Amino acid sequence: MIEVEGLTRYYGAKKAISDVTFQVKKGEILGLLGPNAAGKTTTMRILTCFMPPTSGKATVGGYDIFENSIDVRRITGYLPENPPLYMDMTTRDYLEFVARIKETPKDKLISEVDSVVEKAAIGDVQNRIIGKLSKGYKQRVGLAQSLLNNPQIVILDEPTVGLDPKQIIEIRDLIRNLKGDHTVILSSHILPEIEQTCERVVIINQGKVVAQDTPEELTRKLKGGEKVILQIEGSSEDIKKALKGIKGIDKMDIEKVKQGVSKIIIESDKDLRKDLAQKVVNSGLGLLELTVDKFTLEDIFLELTTKEEEVA
Amino acid sequence: MEATLAIFNKEFKSFFYSPIAYLILAFFTVLTGLFFYLNLSGFVEASMMEMMRAQQYRMAPRPMNVNLMLIRPYFWNIALIALFTLPAITMRLYSEEKRLGTVELLYTVPITPTQIISGKFLAGLALFIVMLIPTMIFHAFLFLYGEPEFMPILSGYIGLILLGSAFIAVGLFISTTTENQIIAAIGGLAVSLILWLIGWGASYVGPTLAPVLEYVSIITHYEDFSQGIIDTGHLIYYILFTFTGLYFALKMIESVKWRA
Repeated sequence: MIEVEGLTRYYGAKKAISDVTFQVKKGEILGLLGPNAAGKTTTMRILTCFMPPTSGKATVGGYDIFENSIDVRRITGYLPENPPLYMDMTTRDYLEFVARIKETPKDKLISEVDSVVEKAAIGDVQNRIIGKLSKGYKQRVGLAQSLLNNPQIVILDEPTVGLDPKQIIEIRDLIRNLKGDHTVILSSHILPEIEQTCERVVIINQGKVVAQDTPEELTRKLKGGEKVILQIEGSSEDIKKALKGIKGIDKMDIEKVKQGVSKIIIESDKDLRKDLAQKVVNSGLGLLELTVDKFTLEDIFLELTTKEEEVA
Repeated sequence: MEATLAIFNKEFKSFFYSPIAYLILAFFTVLTGLFFYLNLSGFVEASMMEMMRAQQYRMAPRPMNVNLMLIRPYFWNIALIALFTLPAITMRLYSEEKRLGTVELLYTVPITPTQIISGKFLAGLALFIVMLIPTMIFHAFLFLYGEPEFMPILSGYIGLILLGSAFIAVGLFISTTTENQIIAAIGGLAVSLILWLIGWGASYVGPTLAPVLEYVSIITHYEDFSQGIIDTGHLIYYILFTFTGLYFALKMIESVKWRA
């Protein structure tokens, strides 16, 4: 449904996103996960034809975002990070206005507005001035706006930011209900939100895609893959020889900490602590440290996203 | 067309959501009313003087031309007041969208920048025409008590609407350049004022530049309309001027959108 290939965008000399590539299948909910200023909004703005990429290609529903921009906009509903609301209009007037500029046929205008009012559960505020609504209601009016005309594709930029927990749950339920009928791209810097609502995650950091998979798969890879960190006194050849016989090691990294001491990081989906300790001690090596590092998606997210910040 | 109409509708209504439109309407009506009173008083005084003079010399009083002595200067006054009030209408036309972030909505729905700009321009023009209604009532009083010619009044209004279009197009363009309404208002006023005053400079420059300045000036073309003459040259000037302003506004939003 959505194909993104090598999108790059500069703001002046600053690179906002670089070579972003991913696909979204029809009816899928995709989460764009990344810290602030990672390039999520930029990617979404490009897909909604708000602005063009510096280079790269993207098609939405088979339409090229550059060549057939109007067609793309016809089948896409977009909720920007700050909901685009006219503060002095009533909710109803606002939705009718948006429906009109979204080319809703005149005879379907009322029913279309009614249906999104119902979907977003804003019936009780439809005659109130938007500027006077609470943040949660404003967000829902923004969401209602993006669902007008039943778009095939819905793009939501941080839809739950600034809401209280109850409102967050309501918005998430609403988004989950879009599954199947709509293809949804959702951005967030909150991991649990993505885990709960999305079927696939694209993690973006500093403008680059660093990982993409299902949340379960990502979590399994990391959670299941328990890491054991050892510090051992002895030469690396001896250590390798000593650990060779242990079954179930998926991956092993050896780093030299200082002369004669090495740090070994072992990934495995089994608990190898006992075997490891035994083998090391039996080979006459000095076991200085043994710790277990459990990974969750949050950890990889944190790792993926904080590592480079330290460098920068 | 439907989209243009939707934008027009929304803009025109939103003038009245805020107190600004009421304030502008009140300001414009009070000032044009005041000027009407002053011009009328001047005219009445001149008539009295003529009566007295006629009595003194024992001859029939000369007829006083209400079109020439009252309506013509009054149209100039309306134009001057419009110069100062129109920037207050145009200031929010586009800058408000930028400030609220609603440009993100406008650029991601299937409408073109041309539809956005034309809807907004027409809304501004419609409000200006609404503002002119009280002055039409003032003119109606003249028909009650005198016999002014109708056609010069009509041409005067055509001139005013054309002049207003030009000011609104300029103001709308300035409004697309900023998200700050105050800057948009001051900028719109400054540019309109410069375009107005540039004609005065014509007397002080050489013979080659003078006609150029006179042609560019927004107000030299208004003179004929206020006198009851509709000259195609002047008509074309205002239409061209308006389209140029709107074209710049269009390019401005397109360039903001596509700036890499």
